Order: sequence, then structure tokens, then C-alpha cells
Amino acid sequence: MGLGILFFLSSGLFLGWSLGANDAANVFGTAVGSRMVRFRTAATVCSVFVILGAVLGGAGAANTLDRLGSVNTLAGAFTVALAAALATFAMTRLGMPISTSQAIVGAIIGWNLYAGMVTGTRTLSTIVASWILCPLLAAVVAVALYIVMRQILRRGHLHLLRQDALVRWGLLLVGAFASYSLGANNIANVMGVFLPDNPFRDVTVLGVTFSGTQQLFLLGGTAIAIGVMTYSERTVRMIGSGLMRLSPEAALVIVGAQALVLFLFASERLEFWLASHGLPTFPLVPVSSTQVVIGAIVGLGLMRGGRGIQLRPLGSVGLGWVATPVVAGLVAFFLLFFVDNVFDQQVARVVHYRIDDTVLARYELEGRPAARVAAWSGREGANALRLQNELEREAALTRDEAQRLLELAELAPIVVDLGRAGLDLDRDYLGVVETRALATLAGQRYEHRWQFADALAAASPLWRLRKETPLNRSWNASVRDKLAYVERVFREQPAP
Amino acid sequence: MPIFRTTREIERQIDEFLDALSKGALVFRDAVAAYLAGNGTDFAQKLRILEELETRADRLSRDVESSLYSQSLIPEHRGDVLALLEHSDDIIDRAKNCLQRFDVERPVIPQQWHDHYRRLAEAVFRCVEAVVMASRRFFREAESVSDFLYQVHHYEGEADQIGLELRRQIFADPDLELGHRQHLRYFADGIDRVADMAEDVADRLAIYSLKRRL
Repeated sequence: MGLGILFFLSSGLFLGWSLGANDAANVFGTAVGSRMVRFRTAATVCSVFVILGAVLGGAGAANTLDRLGSVNTLAGAFTVALAAALATFAMTRLGMPISTSQAIVGAIIGWNLYAGMVTGTRTLSTIVASWILCPLLAAVVAVALYIVMRQILRRGHLHLLRQDALVRWGLLLVGAFASYSLGANNIANVMGVFLPDNPFRDVTVLGVTFSGTQQLFLLGGTAIAIGVMTYSERTVRMIGSGLMRLSPEAALVIVGAQALVLFLFASERLEFWLASHGLPTFPLVPVSSTQVVIGAIVGLGLMRGGRGIQLRPLGSVGLGWVATPVVAGLVAFFLLFFVDNVFDQQVARVVHYRIDDTVLARYELEGRPAARVAAWSGREGANALRLQNELEREAALTRDEAQRLLELAELAPIVVDLGRAGLDLDRDYLGVVETRALATLAGQRYEHRWQFADALAAASPLWRLRKETPLNRSWNASVRDKLAYVERVFREQPAP
Repeated sequence: MPIFRTTREIERQIDEFLDALSKGALVFRDAVAAYLAGNGTDFAQKLRILEELETRADRLSRDVESSLYSQSLIPEHRGDVLALLEHSDDIIDRAKNCLQRFDVERPVIPQQWHDHYRRLAEAVFRCVEAVVMASRRFFREAESVSDFLYQVHHYEGEADQIGLELRRQIFADPDLELGHRQHLRYFADGIDRVADMAEDVADRLAIYSLKRRL
């Protein structure tokens, strides 16, 4: 891995550092503020578990960000992460409860606009819905936990000192869980945009495979941990004592509610478990820990009759919902322009689209209105946004229909050249059956990504995507990862 | 469990402190009875026991204070617990001072008021006993503290009534010198004051227990 790549990753690390400096306050602020846990202890526990969460559970929310917009060059990813970090920094200076999740989403949309890419509207609406759902859910969970805890304390007749010891340990344990959830949920904000250009390869140590994604997330998690250790003390103390005076028991409830809500929106395993028991699942998206904490505090406040709730922080949350993504999007757009034109760095790889007969046939096969776009056969373009608008306007397609057509029309020539000099195919990662299926396509050329995927799926069931349900999510994620890998390996390189 | 090792020790010290307070009230009552019965040896022994209990309560209170601060325990309620122990310690201190005055000044108490003094000491004992029970509940079951606070106020009121009646009778007796009357009033007040201090602790407990509820 060259120094150049490290330089590009630095903006993500900066974003991770600022996330650590700010969001650790949400996890341990109330515990430190209520003088139950020392700052140094809190920072150490938070750092360790943030890294664990990022490495072991970070994949779920990262996949969702990838679907929002796939930043396709390292310089682009650098600029997007830098824009999010700068927006986060600016909002913090203005004293607004910031959300790195909203900043990164805004910055990715800024990149989409600059690069002429379409924004996955379905994914975007899922993410925005989760921003509204999250504080509400946190409030409900906090009230439920509060009621349960009050009953336990009333019936348990614990000595004040024993209760104090239990709450103290509870704060540490639940804080560790919340830190894990924060790492798992928010690592996507920090490193998600670098996933398409991840410089790390899978390594196996003592029979345990450490994926490239996990190594990237380890780096991001470490940046978050350094932010926690070096710069979070001031915000931790401010959240703990400034926002609202809380008893240690209420602090425990709030940290617990935060941990649960972040975990619900981060854990692939939990999603699988819920789905396999016929229960509703939550979208795996990066959510704002700040807003979760504020939701939990307001929930407790309302339960006590609404006295003592300050409306100002609530107003700031509402403003933050709108302002953070907008500011991050604008900063990203201007930074991309600057990096592109002043430093002459490629911030986005141009993607070409061609609507041909094979694309239309496949479109029809999916039950989509191919007849309405029959006249478009042979149309080409390099600006997805413009094509999408024209399809919506002229062919009367819905946004979802237009986006799907463009996905199919994307040109990504792939040549399965197994004899290419220097070809370094990771057969262990792909698996024996999958590699054998790939070998049957030797010498073939595909114009579109989906053609290559279809050919692989026909060659072996292990390359087949299953129906999109939470139960199949991990299978599909694994197949997509492998597909992305072989596409990268066999992508036809443009002539110099 | 190892996580409770420290707290268990402090819990034990607090329990021991409250035991000392409870036992002190009992010894105080018996010492007044022994004095009235003219049993000097028994009185002296009771006074010595009360002095020892007061010293032990002092030491326990200091130990608990030191542990709570040095280990940053119960930050929310530390001030309340320390104030509770300090003011409870004042009760036993006051009872000891009262008995020492009996020992030094040897008041001559006419037979007709022995029963009043005995009943006064009994009401004080019950009042302190109730405040000890309320304190124990404060640590384990804050919601039920008020049940015992009611008893504290009841016995303090009873002690006030007995004391008032005693003073009225003392000052209505034409056979007593003014100095003798004042001396007897002084001891009635001294005993009654112990109940007043218990009531002060009860008033504080009422606020502390409210704060303890989530």
C-alpha cells in the first residue's frame, strides 16, 4: 500500500477522529457527568469496544451507504470524507448537535450531483426515515427500560451502596455495548466511501481470515478511538453536566437505550434472527448517536410529565436534520470542483451508459415497462442524472424505473481473461466451485455488469443472488462482494 | 461477588453505626431508669456503655465518610448520607451529654415525678428507635421511609407533651425552691432535646428519601 493511498485515507481518518471526539460524549457523557465513571476509564472502554464493533459488526450499515452512491475514485472518496469532516467540524463550532451520518450522506449526494450520478432514492428515503424513527424509537426504548428498572429497584430492596455499585458496573458494561454498537453503526460513515477502492487484501492468520474490509474498518476504528482518547473530554463533560442533570440510574437507562437502538440499526445477526422469527426488522443504516441520546432524554422527560424539557436542543436537532446534510453536500460539491480543477485529481470516474436491445430485453424480463423506452434503443450518455431526468420526462418512467434502467445500461466491459499475465486471482476467497464456474466463462466478453453476473449465476448456484429478504441478506452480501471482486479483476482496462 | 467487596464493608459499617445508635437509645432509657431507682452502680455502667457506643459511632461515621470520598461512591447521595450520619451521631452525643450531667450534677428528683421522667425517656427511646428504622429503610427501601417518619413525629410529640406536663407540675409545686425547679426543668429539657434531635434527622430523611426515588 503506497503513501498516496494513505494520504487519500487521511480525510476518512480525520472524519473518524472527529466522530470519536464528539460521539464518545453520547456514550459515556451521562456516566462521567453523574460522576459514576472516571473519564479515563470511560475513554479506554469506549476506544476498545468502538474498534471491536467496527471490525466485527461494521459491514451491515456500510452496504447501505454503498447503495446510496458508490464513490468510484480514491480522490473522490477523500474529498467526500473531507467535506463530511469539515461540515461536522463547522456544525460543532456552531454548537449544534452534529451527526456524522447526516454529514456523510449529504457529502455523498454532493458527489452524486458533481459526478452526474443518480442518488439511490429508495435507499435515501430509508435513511431519512430512519433519522426520524431513531429518536422516537430511542424515546420509547428509554421509557420502557426506565419502567423495568424502576420495578426492579423497587422490588429488589437493594442497599443504596450495592445499587450504586451495580449501576456503576452497569454503566461500564452498557457503555461498552453502546460503544460496540457505535463502532458497528458509524464506521460506515468514516470508511464506507473508501470501500469501492479499498487498498487492503484479505489475510489469513492462524486460520482466521481477516477481510480487507475489516482491515479498513480497523484503521477507521482506531482513528475513532484516538479521537475518543485525545479530544473527547470536553464534550463528554459538557454532555454529562450541561444538557440535563441526570441521576446515575437515568444515565444508565439512556446509555442502554442508545446501545439498543444503535445495535438494532447495525447488527446483521440481529436482523437475521428477527427475520427468522417472523419479526419486523430495522434497516441497517448509519444513524446519529447524538439524536438517539436526545430522543432518549426527551422520552424520559415526557414520562415525568414534560417538566424540565428544554425546547432549544430540540429545535437544534430539527435544524441539524436539515442543515447538516445540506452544508455537507454543498461543501462536497465545491471541494470536488476544487480538487478536480486545481489539483487535477480524478474525483469521479466517468461512467458510460448505453440502452441497447439486450438491456431492454432484460428490463422487460423484470416486468418493467420496456415498451415505453423501446424508442430509446441505441441511446448513449455519460451523465446518469441527465439521462434519468430525460427518462422520467420523455418516457414517463418513475424515478425507480429510470434508475433500474440506468443500472442495466451502465457499460462496464469485462473480459474473462484467465491467462492474463500477472493475474492474481484469490481462489481461496472465491471458493472451489465458484472458481470452476468462473473458468467456464474463460474468453468471454461482457458489456454490462449484469450480463457477467447472469452468466456466473447460470454457471453455478453459488453465484446466484437470492430474493431480497433480511434472511438472505448475508448470502447476497457475500455473493455481491465476490462479484465486485471478480469484476475488478477482469474489468477491461481502457487503452492508454 | 468481588465487585461488592468494598460496598459490603461500608454497608456493614453503616449497619453497625445504626446498631450503635439504637443500642445507645436503649441504654439511655435504662440509665435514666437506673438513676431514678437510685441504682448508682448500674447507672455508672450504663453511662460507660453509652460513652463507648458514642465513640464507636464517631469512628464508624468518620470511616464511612473517608471511604465514600476516597472511592467516589454514591456521588448523587454522598452528601445526604454523610449529613444523615453526622446528625444521627449528634443524637447519641446529646444523650451521652445528658447522662454525664446526671452523673455530675446529681439532680434530686422527687418521687412523684419519677414516672414522668421514666415515660419521657421511654418516648425518647421509641422516637430514636423509629428514626433508626427509617434510616435503615432509607438505604434499602426509600419508599417506605415515611411509614417510620410518622412514628418519629408521634413519639416526639409524646415526649413534648410529657415534658410540658412535667414542667407545668414542677413550677406549680409551692414546696420547691426556684433553683430546684429550674434544675428539674433543665433535666426534663435535656431528655426531651434528644427526641427533638431525632425529629431533625427525620425531617432530613423525608427530603433525602424523596431525592432517592427515581
